Amino acid sequence: MIGRKLTAAVLAGALLGLGLASAAPAQTVVGVTATEIKLGNTNPYSGPASAYGTIGKVIGAYFKKVNDEGGVNGRKINFISYDDSYSPPKAVEMVRKLVEQDQVAAVFQTLGTPTNTAIHKYINQQKVPHLFVATGATKWNDPKNFPWTMGFQPNYQTEGRVYASHILKNFPDAKIGILYQNDDYGKDYLKGMEDGLGANASKLIVMKQSYEVTDPTVDSQIINLKNSGANVFFNITIPKFAVQAIKKANDIGWKPTHFLNNVSSSLATVLKPAGLEASKGLITALYMKEVTDPQWSKDKGFTDWVAFMKKYYPEGNLDDQSNAYGYNVAILMVQVLKQCGNDLSRENIIKQAANLKDYDLPLLLPGMKINTSPTDHAPIEQEQLAKFDGERWVLFGEIFDAFRK
Amino acid sequence: MNRRASVILAVVVIAFAYSLPIYMSGFRLFQFTQVCIYAIALMGLNLLTGYNGQFSLGHGAFYAIGAYISAIMMDQWAIAYGWTIPVAGVLCLIVGFLFGRPALRLEGLYLALATFSLALAVPQILKYFEHWTGGSQGIVLTKPKAPWGLKITEDQWLYLVTLTVTVVMFVLAANLVRSRVGRAMVAIRDNHIAAETMGVDSALYKSLTFGVSAAYTGVAGALSAVAIAYVAPDSFNVFLSVTFLIGIVIGGLASVWGNVLGAMFIQFVPNWAQDISKAAPWAIFGIFLIGFMYVMPYGIAGAIKRLWISQVVSRVSQKQGGEPLSSQQAESPSR
Amino acid sequence: MDIFVQQVMSGLATGGIYASLALALVMIYQATDVVNFAQGEMAMFATYLAWTFMNAGVSYWTAFILTLAIAFVGGVVIQRVVIRPVENKPILTIVIVTLGLLVILNSMAGWIWTYLQKPFPSPFPREPIRMGTVVLGTHDLGEIAVTLVMLALLFVFFRFTPLGLAMRAAAQNPLSSRLAGIRVSWMLALGWGLAATFGAVAGIMVAPILTLDPNMMGGIQIYAFAAATLGGFGSPVGAVVGGFLVGVVENLVGTYVSFIGTELKLTVALAMIIVVLLVKPSGLFGRTHVRRV
Repeated sequence: MIGRKLTAAVLAGALLGLGLASAAPAQTVVGVTATEIKLGNTNPYSGPASAYGTIGKVIGAYFKKVNDEGGVNGRKINFISYDDSYSPPKAVEMVRKLVEQDQVAAVFQTLGTPTNTAIHKYINQQKVPHLFVATGATKWNDPKNFPWTMGFQPNYQTEGRVYASHILKNFPDAKIGILYQNDDYGKDYLKGMEDGLGANASKLIVMKQSYEVTDPTVDSQIINLKNSGANVFFNITIPKFAVQAIKKANDIGWKPTHFLNNVSSSLATVLKPAGLEASKGLITALYMKEVTDPQWSKDKGFTDWVAFMKKYYPEGNLDDQSNAYGYNVAILMVQVLKQCGNDLSRENIIKQAANLKDYDLPLLLPGMKINTSPTDHAPIEQEQLAKFDGERWVLFGEIFDAFRK
Repeated sequence: MNRRASVILAVVVIAFAYSLPIYMSGFRLFQFTQVCIYAIALMGLNLLTGYNGQFSLGHGAFYAIGAYISAIMMDQWAIAYGWTIPVAGVLCLIVGFLFGRPALRLEGLYLALATFSLALAVPQILKYFEHWTGGSQGIVLTKPKAPWGLKITEDQWLYLVTLTVTVVMFVLAANLVRSRVGRAMVAIRDNHIAAETMGVDSALYKSLTFGVSAAYTGVAGALSAVAIAYVAPDSFNVFLSVTFLIGIVIGGLASVWGNVLGAMFIQFVPNWAQDISKAAPWAIFGIFLIGFMYVMPYGIAGAIKRLWISQVVSRVSQKQGGEPLSSQQAESPSR
Repeated sequence: MDIFVQQVMSGLATGGIYASLALALVMIYQATDVVNFAQGEMAMFATYLAWTFMNAGVSYWTAFILTLAIAFVGGVVIQRVVIRPVENKPILTIVIVTLGLLVILNSMAGWIWTYLQKPFPSPFPREPIRMGTVVLGTHDLGEIAVTLVMLALLFVFFRFTPLGLAMRAAAQNPLSSRLAGIRVSWMLALGWGLAATFGAVAGIMVAPILTLDPNMMGGIQIYAFAAATLGGFGSPVGAVVGGFLVGVVENLVGTYVSFIGTELKLTVALAMIIVVLLVKPSGLFGRTHVRRV
């Protein structure tokens, strides 16, 4: 009797104690301990966009390097990255896993416009930093409505407008033909150009041709574009089709003023296979050093990157611009963490991400800097035009700054 | 399994399913909501392919249509999601029936490829009618809150709604396949000439089955639009239709339970594969697929049924004394 | 008029791509009654092997022959090891196994060679052929020619050689074939081996145009299925004609039907196939099967 009452009392006391203990303030910061910071990411490691999966891998490799060198302020980065196969429902599932199960401090460099659109509302509702998304869409720079989200690269519409303003200035009686990929990426570029041409857009653009990623070639579209009499060509294609477009245009004797979108500006994957001679005169807008361009071979940023790749990501391709892109953005993330010091709360992480002043990244073009503020969630807004002379991209003109325009 | 045991098992499982929101986190509930949605979609495909023998590689198209109907109704006309689900079902029923009529002329492989073409064309069509569908940008929706001031999260509410719809549709389907109509469907699958001689209107039943099948998958699509709160052409590519086919074969053709098992497979196994191997997760998934087919060529439900049959057979023949029959001999020849 | 000719030629070139893979698909179907969903990935994998050889310094034609040999052996091995355990199971079970094969091959290719696209050399001269104002890529022509040669070889093989006859018999009536002394099981394996070889040729011919990456055959396989369906799965000639037709019609629709333009090209091509099927349910060249009840 006494025994039972005593047992009951002890049990009650224990339960109360447990209850009090769990009611006590929980662990202070989500995703952070004294020795570790958890960063979450989803990338298309499989599926139609799997070529970009290398970005997640190179970021992981860079964080390993940082951890080997002692981490950030004594903490190692635990980079958790899941495959979303470029599928919006899968992205939602994986990001929920990162936020609710893995309890990451921040979500970083999620890739793709549809996938990021799917998680945009959720992640802002959950108040999780959604940093440096890997897409060129324009909507990520909206701190008023989505204060937790931040873009990274210059958006596609800005690039389209850069080309448009160049055309208006230098080719007033242009007849523009456009080849674009029939998805958000292609349409975004298209919008940028059309907006940039202003009221004259419908007069200046004589033909638009689209293609699907599943199409085998764009030869038919190039034939139609030549036939339209266009003398300016805006080429919005991914590398595989850019090669075909350049080759075919050259073969059928069509030599327009040819603007090639930044996505396909690689020497090794596009210009060389298409033919260096055939690629002469191509114009593009750059914000990064193109890693197969011989002019950077002695540049310190470039050589550091090569050394990093050889040691930490040897199976990665040194021809792949995505590997340079991932390296750059990983460095930026580490900078944000460093600026946080010991306060790695989600609030401070986004605060510091919106507090980057004139920060230099090793693979950005000389003169370009990272700038963010609470009203400006677009880190890179500068681009410069370059023309291909048969050997390398020769930068010309002034640095176009979307922020200041 | 006799009717009573089957019903008791069903009640137990359903009760268990309803209890999940009590102890499961939002994320897990989200995953199980997906399982319910896939189960409905698979039930639809199974009605057509498992019970009626018409191969379809294009059910992703009906899933997409259902999802977009729901999304457009919610986004453009601010209609409550509850109404969008039956509307999606009915519209898909009509579309399915209309597709099924001409498809009657196509046999097996050719039907599969015609439906495959449908699934392929859908993303392009969705992108074309930008004004309605939002084009490649898709349509962003808001997750509904629990009504009547109930103190449950959106995830929990959505799960309960989805589960209820799933239970209702499964009960309907189970009744359908056990009824005269169901027998007619199976008869058409096994030997449509004999069926017709028996007075079954093969053309009508096949088209109707197509319609009902499309309706189920359309309802699943509508539910998914609400659960994910976003629709875009990229969500409905060819691989979705292939995934559904995988789901019904792994789960078990011509089985009601099989669809739940198949749904769990297609929801969870790719994630496990990722946990096993970061480098080549889909290779692991492929190995799972092939392995399952070696061990259970008639699907999980099929394997369970065979196991049960062999148990019963050996017990029965032992009771009668003498050699136990093999389960091969005990099975009906038409299966 | 010029643009019409140019688009037709361009359509024949793309059609040739579809036709070459469709041929391999029909080959397996004729020999084994199975639609092999992994055909495209097998072709892609073989092409990567060829690339590896060429990258290691082997000459183009040596690598070509070597790859074909390995592809043949690979096809036979796959049939013996992977397909045989489910040979007699329902058709959908076999389909799932080929799907499993598809994802395995795709994933392995990505793992071994990464997803970065690689340029692939062409054995044909770089300079295009000009006939008046119409320009034809030399590789495109070469690729069409190779496809037609493969078709001819296939035709001759099935029609005029005892082995080809044995294979056809084994596929159509395994029971009687066994009674006639044909080793049915090995005929199936042979069918897979040959189809794999054809697939490898298709891949090597197509890679210079499409650039080599693990998803190279994904889009093509879809079109190849459409082409084979249009032409009739039982007919190699049908597959090739189907391929050319799909390529040409797609291009012409994209060029001349302005309200459709290029944004619905694929839809139109598919609609066309469905319409043909409604009129001729077994495809243009397919034979309607008369079954005894």
